[in-house]
Amino acid sequence: MARRRSASELSYGLVIGSLAALALVVLVGPILIVLATSFTDSRSIRFPPQGFSFRWYELLLDEVRSRQIHRAVGNTLHVAVVAAGLATLGGTAAALGISRVAGKAGRLADALFMSPLVLPGLAFGLAALMYFTLLGFRPSLELIIAGHLVVVTPFVLRTVGASLSQLDPALLDASRSLGAGPVHTFRRVTLPLIAPGIAAGAFLAFMASVDNVPVSLFLSSARTDMLPIRMWGMMESTLDVRVAAVSGTLILVAFLLMLVMERLTGLTRRMRG
Amino acid sequence: MSSAAALPAPRARGAAAPALSPWGLAAPLGLAYAAFFAAPLFMLFAVSFYADEQMTRFGLDQWRRFLFDSFHWKVIADTLLLGLKAVAATVLLGFPLALVYRAASPRWQRVLLFVVIMPLLTSVVVRTFAWIVILGREGVVNQLVLGLGLAAEPLRLLQTELGLVISLTQIEMPLLLLPLLSVMSRIDPNLMDASASLGASPWRTLFRVILPLAAPGLAAGCLLVFASATTAFISQSVIGGGRLVYLPSMIWQQAMIAAHWPFAATAAIALLVSVSAVIAVIAYAGRVAGGRVHG
Repeated sequence: MARRRSASELSYGLVIGSLAALALVVLVGPILIVLATSFTDSRSIRFPPQGFSFRWYELLLDEVRSRQIHRAVGNTLHVAVVAAGLATLGGTAAALGISRVAGKAGRLADALFMSPLVLPGLAFGLAALMYFTLLGFRPSLELIIAGHLVVVTPFVLRTVGASLSQLDPALLDASRSLGAGPVHTFRRVTLPLIAPGIAAGAFLAFMASVDNVPVSLFLSSARTDMLPIRMWGMMESTLDVRVAAVSGTLILVAFLLMLVMERLTGLTRRMRG
Repeated sequence: MSSAAALPAPRARGAAAPALSPWGLAAPLGLAYAAFFAAPLFMLFAVSFYADEQMTRFGLDQWRRFLFDSFHWKVIADTLLLGLKAVAATVLLGFPLALVYRAASPRWQRVLLFVVIMPLLTSVVVRTFAWIVILGREGVVNQLVLGLGLAAEPLRLLQTELGLVISLTQIEMPLLLLPLLSVMSRIDPNLMDASASLGASPWRTLFRVILPLAAPGLAAGCLLVFASATTAFISQSVIGGGRLVYLPSMIWQQAMIAAHWPFAATAAIALLVSVSAVIAVIAYAGRVAGGRVHG
């Protein structure tokens, strides 16, 4: 009995342990490989990289030869800032509203607002293209912002909704019974307590917009080029080594932003929900 | 409590926000969704009922063309199967990682969480690019395989479904892990001890105690992975290549290259409906499995 028990404990530890280790390698390995590759000195993308240089990063910074990439980065940041800003305002207000609607209606509203998260983004991207074109709009960054707004708002709703559900109603009652009006209670009690949730949501919405493919794929044009779409083009044609340098930059920026957000909002805890 | 009567009556119950009705607060976002989400989707349906490419008259021609061609059904099946394979692969690796996470100290839990979220915040295009470097003819895998003498010539991994599923495993795994880790951390460790002290092997505890308790989080994660893998156009087209046809590449091809909007709309609705149907099944399974334990 005892022998059998230890044998199964051993097999459990071995199987689960090695699968989990493989999962970690699969998760992190590719990112480290891309980062290392971006410092290659050769004209081909290989791992391990040959030589060490910043030449692809230098080419990436070149105003003239990387002009298209620079424009795509500018467009992407512009869209992400505006879309995430609007999503944060609208999403926070909606989350505050929904949190006060009990029962079925509240759950239904929540499910509707969250649906872009599971809906095939590509179908929505095509729908947005047809809609805007048939209404007579020409491609513009504003249309991309409208499309992104819908797909990034669920991130705000989720983090703000989670903060609100952890809000102790006794605090609101206390504030009221001490004579504070609703506006005062909101500004001095509710808002400070849910602020980290709002910040985390804004950050995730921003990152989701920067990363968006399905909507940008249909709504971007030569004039309104977006970074992921440009990178796709660079990967499809001749494999341009600058893709590695762009990737390396994005990885480092994501890493730094994540450290900052972890400090400010406890992001990892919040995303675990 | 008697003093409460002397105070001014609260205007709104649980007033988290001032002076505005709940629906008033949700209205701006609701309007934005109506204009930029519901209306476009309605337009997608409408366009699919144009009979011809020039969109001059209505008719069921595109639907007939789509549904009465076995090739399209094969594309739908391949797309859904790709999603299910991605779900299976991410669960096979992700669930053990979640088990390790559950047993880890708070400090290590934070490290693991960081490792899971980091790839999620790294662009999907970057992650797709990484797998080209790894799976290519001169990629990491082939260098290993050739170096160890396991094969005489480079394996063909890019432009195969195997390569695509491997890539999607990494690309989508964070989506599985976030909800899964969240339920795992809420499981009472005493239950595991109780199960062990009653003589259950770790495997039995895994399947009879942990798995049912984790079911809602597992279902939520599977749902996100499935939704994302079936619509992952760039990974599908760059790693899968032109010979593997899935609904997203078909939709893109028809809309942007062939400029045949009614047919593209029909294919997009097929993607929408088929993916939603599978998602509904996964969500239902999660509720049933969770309800048996939590209900």
